[in-house]
Amino acid sequence: MNTELFGVVAILFLTFILAWPLGKYISKVFKGEKVWSDFLSPLENWVLRICSIDPNESMDWKRNMKAMLRLNLIFFLWSILILMIQKYIPIWNPANIGNMEATLAYNTATSFTSNTNLQHYSGETGLSYFSQLLVICFLQFVSAGTGIATLALLFKGLVQKQAADLGNFYHLFLKSCTRILLPLSIVVAIIFLLNGMPTTFAGLQEVQTLEGDTVQVATGPVAPVIAIKQLGTNGGGFFGPNCAHPFENANYLTNISANISILLIPVALVFAFGFYLNRKKLAWIFFGVMTIVFLTFVSSAATFESSGNPEIAKLGISQPPGSMEGKEVRFGAAASALWGVSTTSTSNGSVNSMHDSQTPFSGGIFLLDMMINAVYGGVGVGFINFFMFVVIAVFIGGLMIGRTPEFLGKKIEAREVKIASLVILLHPFLILVGTAIAAFTAAIEPAIGWLNNPSYHGFSEMLYEFTSASANNGSGFEGLADNTPFWNIACGTVMLLGRYLPIIGPIALAGSLAAKKSVPFSSGSLKVDSLAFGVVLLGVLVVIAALSFFPALTLGPIAEFFSM
Amino acid sequence: MKAILKDLKLHFATLILFGLLFPLLIWAIGLLFPHQSNGLPIYKEGKLIGFENIGQKFYSDKYFWGRPSAMDYNGASTGGSNKGPTNPEYLAQVEERIQQFLDKNPGVKRSEIPSELVTASGSGLDPHISPQGARIQVARVAAARNLDPERVRQLVESHIEAPLLGLFGTARVNVLKLNLALDEMDSGNNTDKELKSGL
Repeated sequence: MNTELFGVVAILFLTFILAWPLGKYISKVFKGEKVWSDFLSPLENWVLRICSIDPNESMDWKRNMKAMLRLNLIFFLWSILILMIQKYIPIWNPANIGNMEATLAYNTATSFTSNTNLQHYSGETGLSYFSQLLVICFLQFVSAGTGIATLALLFKGLVQKQAADLGNFYHLFLKSCTRILLPLSIVVAIIFLLNGMPTTFAGLQEVQTLEGDTVQVATGPVAPVIAIKQLGTNGGGFFGPNCAHPFENANYLTNISANISILLIPVALVFAFGFYLNRKKLAWIFFGVMTIVFLTFVSSAATFESSGNPEIAKLGISQPPGSMEGKEVRFGAAASALWGVSTTSTSNGSVNSMHDSQTPFSGGIFLLDMMINAVYGGVGVGFINFFMFVVIAVFIGGLMIGRTPEFLGKKIEAREVKIASLVILLHPFLILVGTAIAAFTAAIEPAIGWLNNPSYHGFSEMLYEFTSASANNGSGFEGLADNTPFWNIACGTVMLLGRYLPIIGPIALAGSLAAKKSVPFSSGSLKVDSLAFGVVLLGVLVVIAALSFFPALTLGPIAEFFSM
Repeated sequence: MKAILKDLKLHFATLILFGLLFPLLIWAIGLLFPHQSNGLPIYKEGKLIGFENIGQKFYSDKYFWGRPSAMDYNGASTGGSNKGPTNPEYLAQVEERIQQFLDKNPGVKRSEIPSELVTASGSGLDPHISPQGARIQVARVAAARNLDPERVRQLVESHIEAPLLGLFGTARVNVLKLNLALDEMDSGNNTDKELKSGL
């Protein structure tokens, strides 16, 4: 037990230690200052030149958003096309995988374009190696690059004074991929490779087992895809069971590397904010608020998983390993719980244990984590979501002390508060309406066969699916039979809305902040880098999440918890 | 129109960089480490008999058993049971597994069975069990093979993999490796005796 706990502490410690210098580096990359990776600039300049993009051309928020949307539309169209014709592509399909059906292809293409990686297919039977690399691996880079570049636009908006320019999306996008994602992915992929995660195009391997049976074992070019999947908060598995599969997560060392990779860039971006705006104390406040929530979640989930399933305890067996249904022995209960919280905090969505089989309390924490969706959050977009809560907290804080709300010298006015409120309300709207429709359908048509578990847990399966889609997370209570036209189309659409509206809104907000005059800090200003503001911010996070989602959580995990 | 052309070009440039060149770079590095990049395969007399980290289905009394698998250790279609913790059907299934285990391992008390032995893993391919899970199978395996239980117990103890650096994670036993060593010990048993008597 103690060594399991040490493992958890080591992962967290290493993450925070590494995130600080990475944040400093990212801030320099955003600003275009000198960094060690400048040897890559000839490559970037060459790409930009053949694409006839002028990296120094400054664009306002509208032009940047149009560029982002056009580019993402092309990613989406390319992906849906390849998925629907993968059978006809003559290379890299040793297992003769067929074409994807239209609604499944729609779901998969939206899922990976929107950095969600919700999967209604199973990798070893649903995708050719060609699709794994030129759709999945590719989108895992560019969707993450889109998120990080968007955050760079927001940072620029916060430092601008009476200017429309937010930077150049194309340039920031390319650099986010080449300078941040690529070097880290190479390092992590090599660690994975050396620990026996396959990197081969050999296809299915026939094994003669000791008992004398013959089984087929799926392999593939796994290590590179898993590296970017973790670092870009993507999370889509090469195989069905994701990082529970021994080829996707070979041992405790790869588990440590992967878990750090999940958290690293999201945490580093909080510090990058501090370096970019030279507001390190404020960054620490933000980091502190997120980390308090994160550690609370980790410690409760780890406690519940390690102490085992009470229903299994009633059967009279011993549970020193903890609740082990859906978990792997080489990670153990505590590291599985830490992973679960990490992956739902950061909108990553990869799993190293089956969330459907976790004890109700942990399942509820994972849900709540995605409902808040701003505890570190997905690369780039996580901080953007968090920033919406900051705007609301500034507004409420201003009201409480009776002063004009302002943030970093910019007045927060009706337009900003409206945008922030709409973005925050969109999330519960998508989740609760989607779940309500699904629950209604399942109730009037019980023969529909969606649910793998009865009662409260069955409701949690549906709630989880919509929460995961709207939070662009991608993990699932995988018992849900979700490869049906209803789930494919509904979740696909929720993922699109849950991705792009919460990007466009905040960037419009950044555009309007950039155009504002800077008001000098006075005794009448709200001091944001203070403990008091941190407490208000934490309160806003908790109250909004609790008020919006508590009734739904009560019907699912909370009811199940009390029924035990 | 001009903007779309620009975007299309950028799409294909990033496609080649990240969808093609990056994985091929890692693949090329993997060529230097063929054992690792093929997933740690195990060969016996030129035949592929398994992968170190991919669990196999064991059901004979003479082998140590791994964990239950929701996918019956099918390496081409993997996964967990996704059963919820309070699902009555699932709890009945666990009870059935406990009964089966007790029937096959007389002398083992119910309270000695660790939970991983009667619950399905996440991948359906979990290669490990806990040390306790191996120890309570020693009597059965030794009896089935007509071996000294003490020797089998020692073999189990020598196959316990410590946590990483002795500090992080779980102690565990790789069932496939243990069974391979067991087969070797069993077949080497007679040759050993012959060698010794020859001396």
